[in-house]
Amino acid sequence: MSNPIKFQTPRARVNSLGSAKSGTQHAWHMRLTAFALLPLTIAFVFIVVKLTHLGFADAQQMIGSACPAILLILFVVAGAWHMKLGMQAIIEDYVHSEHLKSIASMSNICFSALISVSAVYAILRLSFLH
Amino acid sequence: MAEAKSNPVPLEQRRPLSPHLQIYAWSPTMAVSIFHRATGAALYFGTLLLAWYLLAAAGDKASFALVSGFFSSFIGKLVLFGYTFALTLHVLGGLRHAIWDAGKGFDAKSRDQLAWGSIAAAAVLTLLIWLVA
Repeated sequence: MSNPIKFQTPRARVNSLGSAKSGTQHAWHMRLTAFALLPLTIAFVFIVVKLTHLGFADAQQMIGSACPAILLILFVVAGAWHMKLGMQAIIEDYVHSEHLKSIASMSNICFSALISVSAVYAILRLSFLH
Repeated sequence: MAEAKSNPVPLEQRRPLSPHLQIYAWSPTMAVSIFHRATGAALYFGTLLLAWYLLAAAGDKASFALVSGFFSSFIGKLVLFGYTFALTLHVLGGLRHAIWDAGKGFDAKSRDQLAWGSIAAAAVLTLLIWLVA
């Protein structure tokens, strides 16, 4: 009786019970956003190079028009998620005090949210302005 | 050393520590590894400039003139040039990691070639972008 029959397979027992309760989500999201950011970054560079030659009205017109606006929003959103994950890894590697780590992690998420929401707000404002 | 003093366990009875960075001779892969993290951190804070530019463009003429003035100044151009290099190096670093993720390029020759190659390609790409722009 010391060895009761287990009706659960070992796989079912540990399913979704990893130490971090999140499995490989960080690594997967890092690669997913990196994959998306490769073409988006190329587009971003082209857009920025074009923008450097434009004055106020033309720059407003360009940022607000469909194709640059969509690509910029995708770049900002994928970029913000990517950089949040990256900074999280840096914090977890170098910040050892639990208090500091919590504060740094929360600041990281807030900074990434602030940047992405500000940028998307500006792009959308210009989109609806024109 | 302050740490050694506060540790009550005698030195000869402590558990062994794995050797850290300063023990190893620098290799190209170590260099690009830390460059990838450093450029990632730089790009992280560089997004402030992008958000500033976009908000200024969505604002009025004066706010746009301010941000344009900064980017056309010497310091602004220097920052943008550094940002371009950080961006290209980080993107190429990502490609390098994608190759390694696929299980390829791990032998001594290939991994060093990938490391040096990404730095060289980033430098060329950066110059190319600035020549075209």
